[in-house]
Amino acid sequence: MLIHWNNFCERSNASLSKSVTVQIHISPNDGVPIYLQIVNQVRYLVGSGRLSPGEEIPAIRVLAQQLLVNPNTVARAYLELERAGVVTKRHGSGTYVSEAGSPLARRERLKILTQRADALLAEARHLDVEPDEVIKLLRERHEILTQSQK
Amino acid sequence: MIEIKSLSRRFGSKLALDNVSLGVPGGVVFGLVGENGAGKTTLIKHILGLLKAQSGSVRVFGLDPVTDPVGVLGRVGYLSEQRDLPLWMRVDELLRYTQAFYLKWDAAYAEQLRRQFGLDPASQIKSLSRGECAKAGLLLALAHRPELLLLDEPSSGLDPVVRRDILEAIIRTVADEGRTVFFSSHLLDEIERVSDHIAMMVSGNVVLSGPLDAVKQSHHRLTLRFGTARARPPALAGALSVHGGGQEWTVICNGTLSELMAAAANLGARVVEQGVPSLEEIFVARAGAKSLKTQPPSDLS
Repeated sequence: MLIHWNNFCERSNASLSKSVTVQIHISPNDGVPIYLQIVNQVRYLVGSGRLSPGEEIPAIRVLAQQLLVNPNTVARAYLELERAGVVTKRHGSGTYVSEAGSPLARRERLKILTQRADALLAEARHLDVEPDEVIKLLRERHEILTQSQK
Repeated sequence: MIEIKSLSRRFGSKLALDNVSLGVPGGVVFGLVGENGAGKTTLIKHILGLLKAQSGSVRVFGLDPVTDPVGVLGRVGYLSEQRDLPLWMRVDELLRYTQAFYLKWDAAYAEQLRRQFGLDPASQIKSLSRGECAKAGLLLALAHRPELLLLDEPSSGLDPVVRRDILEAIIRTVADEGRTVFFSSHLLDEIERVSDHIAMMVSGNVVLSGPLDAVKQSHHRLTLRFGTARARPPALAGALSVHGGGQEWTVICNGTLSELMAAAANLGARVVEQGVPSLEEIFVARAGAKSLKTQPPSDLS
């Protein structure tokens, strides 16, 4: 019993000592490369304000162990996020969400919606629905949703 | 790190390895995929020098594991599929016993792993659960901090919690120390998560090998729609498997997307859906294609 308790303490200390965590979930089978799933979810967390500017994100090997994915995959995702200006690496200390303020956050939010819009338009094309009809449908749905919220 | 050239092995009338060539670069996690009986364990036994090459050659760290077992095995951590541990020993005795074989055994690291895996030093090996046996085996493989970690079906038959521990250990090994991991598995989502290089074996042949990204980028899942219903599956160049009927057929295929699109158009089909197949889909398609006809191996590395 003692051993299990020690084991438990060690583990929780290890995770507490660096309390930086992000809620990311990986599904290897959904057709999107794992590095891109990480990129998209960090973008989403930043865009939706669940990660704020200046906040630290986990070290590569910590996230790799949390997600059970290859560290090179996480490194690649972080590089991509850094290039896109979403995160900034500070020498010797870690990786942080960029201090770019709201214009970038808005751009990120639009970027997320752009991906959804592309998927919607692709689906519409397969179903032989014209873009104008899709726009009309969006307006209709918007009205229904705002009315149901009143 | 590992260099295998034209390796063949026959057991009686059965050809277990058929002209296998494989290169494993240093610092990667290399996943070996294949059904039971495909030759994965036989290949691993050649890497360890437990089997001598009948034809072809095996080099590990540039050395021949058969003629130089000391030079090779002292730098390799190995977890066998059988986890053949001495049942009558206690956990602490097993650690001391194994320590004697390795110059570079790190006793502090072994103790850290023992606590982390929740193994009681006073437990007898025969009283350990399946998961604990796997952890004990993994501890022995890791504690001398090997340059190459060889794991044969490390998570086969284990519950998800123990599998997590094992995958974590693999990741920690490459992340902390930049070591090389070579592991075999038939759990493809596991391979897809942790590997950066893969090889697929089907009945003694390596049918595919290379960086995981390249493997995924060169395979596509296309759903073709034809103007009229077809009685027979379409013959698309590069197709590994075809499923469907009537006007719609889904094809797992190998090639560049533009070539495949052109081939589909040539057949008079419209591509109504296009996606990246999972490693599992690629494997099932490859294994099926192999059993129908002999496919030339595609080497992407």
